[in-house]
Amino acid sequence: MSTPSSTPSLSSRVRAPRAARGGPAAVPVPPPRTGPRVAWARRAPLLPALVFMIAVTQLPFVGTLVISFMRWNALDPGDRGFAGLSNYKAEFTDPTLRSSLTTTVVLTAAVVLVSLALGLGLALLLDRRFPGRGVVRTLLITPFLVVPVASALLWKHALYNASYGLLNGVLTWVWKLFGSSDAPQPDWLSQSPKLAVEASLIWQWTPFMMLILLAGLQSRPHDVVEAARVDGANSWQVFRHLTFPHLRRYLELAALLGTVYVVQNFDAVFTLTSGGLGTANLPYAVYSTFYQAHDYGQASAEGVIVVVLSIIVATFALRTVSSLLREEIR
Amino acid sequence: MAAATANPPARGARDPRARDRRNRGLLGLLAWACGIVFFLPFAWMVLTSLHGEQDAAANPPHLGASLTLHGYREFFGSGTGVSPWPPLVNSATASVASTLLVLLLAVPAAYALSIKPVRKWTDVMFFFLSTKMLPAVAGLLPVYLIAKNAGLLDDIWLLVVLYTSMNLPIAVWMMRSFLADVPAEIMEAASIDGAGLPTILARIVAPVVMPGIAATALISFIFSWNELLFARVLTGVVAGTAPVFLTGFVTSQGLFLAKVCAAAVCISLPVLAAGFAAQDKLVQGLSLGAVK
Repeated sequence: MSTPSSTPSLSSRVRAPRAARGGPAAVPVPPPRTGPRVAWARRAPLLPALVFMIAVTQLPFVGTLVISFMRWNALDPGDRGFAGLSNYKAEFTDPTLRSSLTTTVVLTAAVVLVSLALGLGLALLLDRRFPGRGVVRTLLITPFLVVPVASALLWKHALYNASYGLLNGVLTWVWKLFGSSDAPQPDWLSQSPKLAVEASLIWQWTPFMMLILLAGLQSRPHDVVEAARVDGANSWQVFRHLTFPHLRRYLELAALLGTVYVVQNFDAVFTLTSGGLGTANLPYAVYSTFYQAHDYGQASAEGVIVVVLSIIVATFALRTVSSLLREEIR
Repeated sequence: MAAATANPPARGARDPRARDRRNRGLLGLLAWACGIVFFLPFAWMVLTSLHGEQDAAANPPHLGASLTLHGYREFFGSGTGVSPWPPLVNSATASVASTLLVLLLAVPAAYALSIKPVRKWTDVMFFFLSTKMLPAVAGLLPVYLIAKNAGLLDDIWLLVVLYTSMNLPIAVWMMRSFLADVPAEIMEAASIDGAGLPTILARIVAPVVMPGIAATALISFIFSWNELLFARVLTGVVAGTAPVFLTGFVTSQGLFLAKVCAAAVCISLPVLAAGFAAQDKLVQGLSLGAVK
């Protein structure tokens, strides 16, 4: 191995974050062995993963970026060339493409906010002790563990279907109970397609929110809550002044991670409505522009827009995650 | 009554407690009701899968209809002769192989990010995380074009590579948070006592992180098994996975509800099993190790 070097710039290279955590100072620390060879020995286990990720995720995106400025339709291979910003211009002027942009925002916001609110309610309920709490927790996370395509098919055929879905079945049943035979039988998917897609996604994502918020609730210092109760604080005051401030970061984390996952949703839109009736979000639009219309240039421009949107959300998400990470190191 | 008024503090102490108990009972009932409401669609899917097609399509619902495995026999190809096994095997291959590859790459990487960290290890962590935040759909077209030129379309190993890239960031973050739990003092002490790296890894690190590796593997498996978009675009008749098979399962002829529900149940079973097995670590995985 290499000998201890005296180059200061290299010795800073092996500054371990553990030292910042305040390890026992009494342990005699051997003089740090530095030098390029040691640095590379440290890096070696990391490199395969790093190179793999750059090759598989970053290089294709560079391709997308390049193609987004090109005129390239697979159905018309002769006419291929530089197109400037025209793909982006089309994206923002074509009403169907623009609607996929607004659909993405509305769909994501609705799903994340509603499932966050429901998840918070459920987490608060599950935070207390009651008989069968473990069973209820298991019941609640089941929706998250159904394969997304299977869940979408379940909602489409077994619940929403106008003639034999469970929703209309229950309506018939209730109306019959009151002696009426003409129960309303709405066609849920065509009458309120966006709501239908959102409801199925909320069913899937509420458990995710609940799990994160429940972990947040259970990490809250219980002695402080006890002390506040002894001092006469009521439940609302405890929630408002102790639980909620503690939970805020977990709410942010749940909302941001949920957003990152839901923005990318493809399965529900593809299965429930095939992007029809104004439910096509950007991932679905990219898919159909590329896979059905074979307009490679346009599809790439859409891909770049999804990425820009995601970067905006991701910047906030990364900040939240890094504050949690820093706290863990401290 | 007289005793109570004569002794107000005792009554005052008893009353809120009784109210508390009643409230707690009511909130417990509410929790149960919510649990059942959320479980109901799943329960309905299982029940429908066990009904005959006529009963499954009854309106109003025919809850007490006789049970049959007809839907499951249909799923396994009794009526159509189309076997679900090739897509199931494809899904298993893609999920298991990519999970193994993920662990092979993520565990050493996480080691270099926690136990013997490289310089600027947080930057590397955030690079991994940022790739997860970029929508996969953005790289779809170049991947398709490269695969087409390389003759890799409809090849399950292409999915293995893509699913590995999809799960590697999650795995690195999870494994780092598990490896950070390994007591540094014990490792230093062992190293001073002359233990070599293999001994330290086997005796000190492995016992602490084994549950973490298992949870990481299960979560990686779930995400690979569920994936639809890449599988849909990049595979065809040979390498199609179970979710792709499921989307093509609905026919326009005749009644199919029980059959579809049976298929949905069968294809969800591995995920349900993996999810319940990883239940305790699920949050940690889904929040990329940020929440313990």
